[in-house]
Amino acid sequence: MAARIITITSGKGGVGKTTATANIGVGLAEMGKKVTCIDSDIGLRNLDVVLGLENRIVYDLVDVIEGHCRVNQAMIRDKRFENLFLIPAAQTREKNSVTPAEMVNLCESIREEMDFILIDSPAGIEGGFKNAIAPADEAIVVTNPDVSAVRDADRIIGLIEAAEKGPARLILNRINPEMIKRGDMMEAGDVLELLAIKLLGVVPDDEHVLISTNKGQPVVLNQKSRAGQAFRNIAARITGSEVPFLDMSQKDDFMTRLSKVFGKEG
Amino acid sequence: MADWLKILGKEDSADTAKERLKLVLIHDRTNLNARVLDEMKDELIEVISRHVAIDAAEVQITMKHEGREQRLICDIPVLPK
Ligand SMILES: Nc1ncnc2c1ncn2[C@@H]1O[C@H](COP(=O)(O)OP(=O)(O)O)[C@@H](O)[C@H]1O
Ligand SMILES: [Mg+2]
Repeated sequence: MAARIITITSGKGGVGKTTATANIGVGLAEMGKKVTCIDSDIGLRNLDVVLGLENRIVYDLVDVIEGHCRVNQAMIRDKRFENLFLIPAAQTREKNSVTPAEMVNLCESIREEMDFILIDSPAGIEGGFKNAIAPADEAIVVTNPDVSAVRDADRIIGLIEAAEKGPARLILNRINPEMIKRGDMMEAGDVLELLAIKLLGVVPDDEHVLISTNKGQPVVLNQKSRAGQAFRNIAARITGSEVPFLDMSQKDDFMTRLSKVFGKEG
Repeated sequence: MADWLKILGKEDSADTAKERLKLVLIHDRTNLNARVLDEMKDELIEVISRHVAIDAAEVQITMKHEGREQRLICDIPVLPK
């Protein structure tokens, strides 16, 4: 077994990278996959709290890279899923305390033991992004249906291609079907046409995301949440399952189709 | 709903966003803007006119994109001799 290394990135901050990383990680672990999530947002670590593992941190990413501990000492095993691990970011260090080559070495050192390594990228297009993308086999770009998020996504897609890590796949996060219906929010088709990349999933704006983050229990574990269903679909697509997409070519009966896709058949 | 607003001349803000982004992305990807395109057009007219008579007023230079690739298309009508 050799893991697929997937970097989750966006350009813009606050669009849902960490939320996506945590939920895809848990979703894959629920499917029985062995997963390590790496928080590469040094100085602004968050994946630990979204996963609810913040109280268990002893060593972090920089400790491993600087040789203060072995890599498995920094891998926090999730109590809910014994096949899910987190390597937390260092909170009190500079972004440049890690190099792309060190990130590659770290990932390669655990690659054989894992099915998936997910890297949560910091915002921006500088060093932090370069560290996050260096080990990647594949990239997932997260964006929101707003002009700045889409513009930044386009920049990052260009950089992913330049780094020969493409083609990236897109998660369009925080869509609001009501606003799309009114014509006040771009729909997935619009964003895909602009960015010219493949869709991995569409995640609705859903208050369950905040509620579950409050509790440190990723929303993918909530069977009733539509965002949770969307992340389960995304995890399934990553493993190669063909889960149907929303057909959003027409705005009119969007709600009908949405409820179909986010319903039981998912 | 969106349709009767359009009839009243009020465009959906989503359409506006998409149109604005189209232009912004072309610029971001290529560093070309309308001013540079105009300059290029004038220079092209000059170079080509040295070799063949063209209808300068009808020269068009446009940007097309196929997937993530940008393509400059020049349409230069040549005058009959
Ligand atoms: N689908 C969603 N619905 C509602 N809130 C969301 C959704 N996705 C993300 N959020 C919220 O948006 C904020 C930013 O998300 P986060 O994952 O931290 O972004 P990033 O890692 O890109 O900076 C968080 O408060 C998160 O709870
Ligand atoms: Mg984050």
